[in-house]
Amino acid sequence: MIKLPEDRRLPMTPQLALRVAIIGSFALAMFAILFFRLWYLQVLSGNQYVKQASINRVRNVSIPAERGDILDRDGNLLVDSIPANAVQIVPSDLPKSGAARRHMYRRLAGVLNMSTKRQKCPIDGRGVHRLAPIPCAVAQEQAQLPYANVTVKTDAHQPVLWYLSERQAQYPGVEVHQVWLRQYPHTTLAAQLFGTVGRLTAAEVHQRRFRGASPNDVVGQSGLEWYYDRYLRGRDGADRVQVNALGQPSGELRARQPVKGHTLKLSLDLNLQKAGQTALQEAIDSNPPATAGAFVAMNPTNGEVYAMGSLPTFDPNIFAKPVSQSEYEKLNNASSGFPLFNRAIQSAYPTGSTFKGITSTAALQSGVWNLSDIYDDTGVYNNGVGDQRHNAGHASYGALDLVQAIKVSSDDFFYNLGRLLNSDSLKGGALQQWAHKFGIGRKTGVDLGGENPGILPSPQWRLDRDKLEKQCENGTGPYKGHGKHTSCGIADGRPWSVGDNENLAVGQGDLEATPLQLADAYSAIENGGTVVKPHVGLEIDSSDGTLLQKISPPASRHIKISPTYLAAIHEGLHEAASQSGGTSADVFAGWPQSRYPVYGKTGTAQHDNQADQSWYVCYVPDPNKPILVVVTVEQGGFGAAAAAPAARQILSQWFFGNRGKFIAGSSKTL
Amino acid sequence: MSTVGRTTPIHTTEDPVAKPRRERGMLFMFDPLLLLAALGLVACSLITLKGATRHAMPGHPLYYVERQGIYAAIGVLFVLLLSRIDYSRLREYRYGMYGLLIALNIVVYGMPAIRGSRRWIPFPLFQIQSSEFGKILLIASLSAFLVNRARRLTDWSTTARIMLLALIPAMIVIPQPDLGTGLVYVAVAFTVLFVGGTTWKQLTALAALFAVAVTFVLAIGPAVGVHVLKPYQVQRLTGFLNPSHDPRNQTYNITESLIAIGSGEKTGRGVAHATQTNLHFLPENQTDFVFAVVGETYGFVGAAVVLSLYALLIWRALRILTMSKNLYGSLIVGGVLAMLMFQVLVNVGMTIGIMPITGVPLPLMSYGGSSVIVTFIALGLLESIHIQARMTAAGKSRSLVS
Repeated sequence: MIKLPEDRRLPMTPQLALRVAIIGSFALAMFAILFFRLWYLQVLSGNQYVKQASINRVRNVSIPAERGDILDRDGNLLVDSIPANAVQIVPSDLPKSGAARRHMYRRLAGVLNMSTKRQKCPIDGRGVHRLAPIPCAVAQEQAQLPYANVTVKTDAHQPVLWYLSERQAQYPGVEVHQVWLRQYPHTTLAAQLFGTVGRLTAAEVHQRRFRGASPNDVVGQSGLEWYYDRYLRGRDGADRVQVNALGQPSGELRARQPVKGHTLKLSLDLNLQKAGQTALQEAIDSNPPATAGAFVAMNPTNGEVYAMGSLPTFDPNIFAKPVSQSEYEKLNNASSGFPLFNRAIQSAYPTGSTFKGITSTAALQSGVWNLSDIYDDTGVYNNGVGDQRHNAGHASYGALDLVQAIKVSSDDFFYNLGRLLNSDSLKGGALQQWAHKFGIGRKTGVDLGGENPGILPSPQWRLDRDKLEKQCENGTGPYKGHGKHTSCGIADGRPWSVGDNENLAVGQGDLEATPLQLADAYSAIENGGTVVKPHVGLEIDSSDGTLLQKISPPASRHIKISPTYLAAIHEGLHEAASQSGGTSADVFAGWPQSRYPVYGKTGTAQHDNQADQSWYVCYVPDPNKPILVVVTVEQGGFGAAAAAPAARQILSQWFFGNRGKFIAGSSKTL
Repeated sequence: MSTVGRTTPIHTTEDPVAKPRRERGMLFMFDPLLLLAALGLVACSLITLKGATRHAMPGHPLYYVERQGIYAAIGVLFVLLLSRIDYSRLREYRYGMYGLLIALNIVVYGMPAIRGSRRWIPFPLFQIQSSEFGKILLIASLSAFLVNRARRLTDWSTTARIMLLALIPAMIVIPQPDLGTGLVYVAVAFTVLFVGGTTWKQLTALAALFAVAVTFVLAIGPAVGVHVLKPYQVQRLTGFLNPSHDPRNQTYNITESLIAIGSGEKTGRGVAHATQTNLHFLPENQTDFVFAVVGETYGFVGAAVVLSLYALLIWRALRILTMSKNLYGSLIVGGVLAMLMFQVLVNVGMTIGIMPITGVPLPLMSYGGSSVIVTFIALGLLESIHIQARMTAAGKSRSLVS
């Protein structure tokens, strides 16, 4: 075979030998220099560099502390935290040019499998824009907290996080941080009570409640998380090293371990809460068109809330991830029934006949009515100034004393009391005075925040409303700049009349009270006049379970009520729930009244243009396990039909450990 | 004549009976020390990365170690594969290889910029640094071009052509910006010419030309007001600056690196006490400044072990250069030698403050798939050259005996 010249075996020419020798010498020289330099640096002058290294002392990286757990009264876990790696954007490190930033957002969205479609994005103080989810989150957060990191995703898969961490140069301003996320093992259970956690806002920085929190901290923003934040928050740790003069770290690299927040033990009873929500759901489902409701179960002697629920509800686990705008709108929407709303403390309604307990106390204490007085209920009530009213279904109950009137819930009887208690003085008469003492129209002070004080109508209140209507119509006062209107629907401009007081006496008209306010008022009726402060928190425990602090807020106030009068009211309430002809007696058919006597009052509140609202308030003054229950079902119909059966199920769960059947009553009283 | 060649009857020059013996013999013709040196460096790399990056990825302390191990394993596969083929066949693909080199380095300009530089081609699961793969493509193609002009080696035109062929990709790579790799290309071309036998006169002229060009661009030009480059580019180039793309941080990087290495003293501070590394005073401690981590953590002893392994590698490469059965092999070894020596000198020199900061990875030590795999491909070619040389020698001796 003929070899090509290039393929020929190269003889080791002197020239090549020389050049290889030169390369070899060069390599030798190179290694000699490197070795000599290293020897000089490390062996000859190492001391000096050790000293310099020791000046490079401290580097701080905050390690977020785990938030404390929330338990029920028996120690069952209701809320805890799980560690997660959050993909966050540090706005100050983002590319300066808009195009580069948008490009990075698009790439990041691709990696995180997020949408790049532009959607509606309302930004505080800058109107509604159309932005993709990531830039939207950044813009929204920037508008509120200019220097805070923006969490983009909390449930990215591990390989995605590694991908991002390894390629930080390609994703400027994107960081992966360990965070703690709230977890709710019982999903929708008591969802509205816990509230939400979120970054400390600019407004909160200076509040006493959040003293000690730093700007990037996650704090409670509503509900129990907000109220007990200082206990739940914990103390962040720091990753850092202290180097002493010899250059040796004086401690482990993690200098300060994060300290988990304290445990909050609630007075809630997990089983009762479950039973309550199920019973309320059943009451809603079996009474169309009802869609919503609330209940409270509490200890009437000390205000410990055993259960509190509001339907419709939601699964708070969705807040563990950044919530998209559309999801958020879904939760704040009439068609979904505003599930975030805690109707037990945030919705105020007319309470219907359940108010009669308060009216009775006012009438007896003010002397306008005596226990021996009799009213002849003919089925029609004339107040002498031209108004004619009647009982529901035009029923007539004949001659009634107060006890009987409570038992059968005669409206005519209480219209009459309303007329007798009326006063045109601005503060109103004895009814307003007593209702105020019982806590109507003011916050109960429950440890949840966001409470609605409700409305206690009085001549003064009506004047204020009329004035507001005038200002609105003329575009003055608080309505300045809103232009003129023919009517604003705030008030109709008529003065206070006796009819207003008659309405109030039966829990109708302009009265607005929350279920918890009603529960608080009846607690005072039950316990002899102490208006307790309802509370859901029971104990603060350290994270290992030792008791640090008991939560037992003092009662709000004491009302002096004659025991004789109270006994009569109690008698009426008990007969209503236990004796034939009582408004809720058939609901409690088969209930062991001798062991656990039930004292209960139905209520049916009328609203314009919608079905009646069902109410029931009851208590069992058991010496060992006293309990008071309030249930309301919006558009649920008569009190005996929806609310009372649910209340019975709650009592049944409390005393017997099972809910029993849903027994709808037949009473058609208001 | 070669394992590949034997499959085509035309090239078969050996007695078919000898085949099985040759086949078995191939394993023994491997240069074990070359591979051992490389694997020793990989081991050093894994140990160093394990300490330096244990907190880098939350919840995954071995993230970088595992990946570097996988890259090295892929690299070793390349070595085994390449050692079985006759490198001489690569000459036929010189245009393809050169074209690929140019194409790869141009494609990155269409890719997203990463901290202001465009060096990577992203794939769904990984990304390749095209300029790294360009190194081996340039060595193989440039050597082939020179072999083709072997009869006119001393011509000026040959020297000019080869230099031009290297400067084109270098000019493409430098604005990525990747000055370090661009300079590797130039060093490779110069060494290939040097080994090929270009006259001293021409080599001296090239060196002089290079010195003048650098002096003009960096010193004289700006001084007399002729700005060949924009000020920031000059700043970036001054003293072969680093492509760590943040010129303001240069002195910071160098100071911290010196403190790290110096504070390691004789035997090092140990993984837990290496504060420069742990506290991230050392920039890029798993890539460009990995040698400083070795210096801080394991001291002079550790640094000496690593440098000795490089010395072993280079000695074996020089030996293979002298053994090569043909000019093409010698030129490839020359190019690989230039690549390895340049990178070791510049990278280690940078960390100990005797070289300007350039983003040149330390072969087999720095974390990065492209760099590790390309280095192993180069070593695979060296093994192939070694085996081919031994086989040729064996064939000759056998034919002499028979």
